[in-house]
Amino acid sequence: MIPTALEFQLLLPVLIIAAGILISLIIEMFSSKSEKILPWFSIALFVSTAYYSLLTVGHERIIFNSMLAAGGTANIFFFVFTFGAAIVTLISIDYIKKIGMYYGEYYILLQSAVLGMMLMANAQDLVMIFMGLEQMSVCFYILAGFNRKKIKSNEAAMKYFLLGAFATGFIVYGIALMYGVAQTMSIPAIANGLLIYSDNIIFVAGLLLFIIGFSFKIAAVPFHMWVPDVYQGSPTSITALMSTGGKAAAFSSLLIIFTPLFATTQSTLFQPYLVVIATLSMLLGSIVAIAQTDLKRMLAYSSISHAGYILIGVAAGSELGIASVIFYLSAYTFMNLGTFGIISMIENKDEGNLSLNDYSGLGNKKPMLAALLAIFMFALAGIPPFAGFFGKYYVFIAAIESNLTWLAIVGVLSSVISIYFYLRVVVVMYFQKDENILNVEDSSPALLGIMISALLVIVMGIAPGSIINLISNFVK
Amino acid sequence: MSLNFILFLIFAFIAATSAVLMITRKSAIIAALFLILNFAALSGLYLTLNAQFIAVVQVIVYAGAIMVLFLFVIMLLRPSDEQSIFDDNPKLKWLATFVGVLVFAQILAIIFIGRPSDGLTPDLQRSIEVGTIEAIGRELYTTYLIPFQSAAFLLLAATIGALILAKKKLED
Amino acid sequence: MIPIEYYLSLSAFMFIVGVVGVLTRRNAIIVFMSIELMLNSANLTLVAFSSYLGNPIGQIFVFFVMTVAAAEAAIGLAIIISLFRNKKTVNIDEINILKW
Repeated sequence: MIPTALEFQLLLPVLIIAAGILISLIIEMFSSKSEKILPWFSIALFVSTAYYSLLTVGHERIIFNSMLAAGGTANIFFFVFTFGAAIVTLISIDYIKKIGMYYGEYYILLQSAVLGMMLMANAQDLVMIFMGLEQMSVCFYILAGFNRKKIKSNEAAMKYFLLGAFATGFIVYGIALMYGVAQTMSIPAIANGLLIYSDNIIFVAGLLLFIIGFSFKIAAVPFHMWVPDVYQGSPTSITALMSTGGKAAAFSSLLIIFTPLFATTQSTLFQPYLVVIATLSMLLGSIVAIAQTDLKRMLAYSSISHAGYILIGVAAGSELGIASVIFYLSAYTFMNLGTFGIISMIENKDEGNLSLNDYSGLGNKKPMLAALLAIFMFALAGIPPFAGFFGKYYVFIAAIESNLTWLAIVGVLSSVISIYFYLRVVVVMYFQKDENILNVEDSSPALLGIMISALLVIVMGIAPGSIINLISNFVK
Repeated sequence: MSLNFILFLIFAFIAATSAVLMITRKSAIIAALFLILNFAALSGLYLTLNAQFIAVVQVIVYAGAIMVLFLFVIMLLRPSDEQSIFDDNPKLKWLATFVGVLVFAQILAIIFIGRPSDGLTPDLQRSIEVGTIEAIGRELYTTYLIPFQSAAFLLLAATIGALILAKKKLED
Repeated sequence: MIPIEYYLSLSAFMFIVGVVGVLTRRNAIIVFMSIELMLNSANLTLVAFSSYLGNPIGQIFVFFVMTVAAAEAAIGLAIIISLFRNKKTVNIDEINILKW
């Protein structure tokens, strides 16, 4: 079965990034001005891939001997990853110079991580999911420890690496057990026989181990221990990508595994597990975030609780549930990128200015940044008319339609708790007397990235209906 | 008892014992050496399963390349023997053993309730065929072409990363 | 042939030993070696199934797992070295600037 030209054409978004990695390597090797060229080259690469993926969204097709899918939800995820990565690159340009870790390899690894995410989102084979996951994770381990003169960054990389590799062990063992029963690793083939396999205890145990491994990657309670430390210790621009693209990629793989399951009569097989980790994540994330004074750490806990909300959509197990998960992930990606972008601008070169009190009086000193941060905080808290509200709204609707009303109520309760710590940031910015002198270096690329995210958050909040309809079209 | 079964018992015994010894040794070097023994025993087990290619790769890549890297790093860093968590609280040792045995019993129960051998009709000839380099190579370069390519990108990223993290000095 | 349950039991045993090793050891290098043990036990399951099913996919996956293990070993040891350079320890309990 020799691949045809059409298959390569359908795979173009992935191939563009792959070619970009190689070209970036050459630029880094031979150009003395790579510092100026590489970031803009990466942005061009990411934006063109994002544009091309949206252009060719179409219906899902299986290519390369059922290794990969092209079109459909995969392309929507491609857009989220690559556009998100473009914003991260904009944020990084001045940030990595400021904290003294400018090496061209940074952008190459960023592109490699995105390549891994894309392979995860369009995988149709357990081998492919595994390879994509490892590609992404290995790049994140390196990027987390990229600021190698700082002990904090070293530690973050170490913790992320050890727990990430531990989770990989579970995933591999889970795949092994599933393979033993299903005799194949192709997901469409497994989906065909799913009704028979789901009676086999070995298959169910394998799937459970697989899902536990992924629970580490999406940062759901009780597998969240690494999240606060890694998010706090990593360079801020990397935390931004890890918490958005990385999480979205892990969820995209979970959806690939779960979607066939939802189509069978066994659709509620893993509902108890999902419901429990969703509830724990939402509540623990929201409650512990209240006690945090470091903004990055607070956002780490907030990211745990957002994983909980997204899991509600997965637990609902309906088409609306899947569409709402994708909507939520895109909304969350842009809200979080904007927030981390602002944090990276305000952070000074010794990783100071990260605690909540450092933000006092920001409303007077930097009205523009303060207003943007307020938008993102409102969006993350789920206050209309921003994207975050509709993300939660659709997820809760999906839960109610699947008779999980109580889960939706827990979700609403947890969002009410979370409003406290999000709004506290806004209150500190506008109403607290400023005691410290805040020195914010201007960075026009970062500001541009933040404004694009804000624009997307607002657009997704104004026209959520048409976007969710568009997504639902591609969720079979 | 066939020769195959006797070999299985010997290798299984070595693998299980060396695994336990690996996690209980204080010195990192001795632990690494036991892990190499474990990998070698695994390679023998792969041979009893007729997986000749994987058995060879296990010795070359795992026991050879990866573990040498480990030993190299251990000798480079010379970490002092660790203070075991059980020294502070010896009862923990029993707890860890107990939980380990419990989970192991659970997995055993799953394996023996699931009885995977019921659905299998092992065919010795076929099993020898799939383990050859030829069979694996053919699949790898046709059906699994894309994962194979992505492995190349993974190794590229890992090379760049290892350089940037471990290089002695970086120009600013 | 030997019943496949024997291979699976051995593999489960090694997996659990690996998990216990990760959870109880403090030396980052030994923790990482325990993770390698977990990966290898999963490989044993894969090869056993592959051989008994007469289906090469399992062995191909083992090949990919080995590739990934090699990449992870390179990265993991580089991270350990870069931490050791700043902190002069590989003990994960002493790595506590960030609360563990």
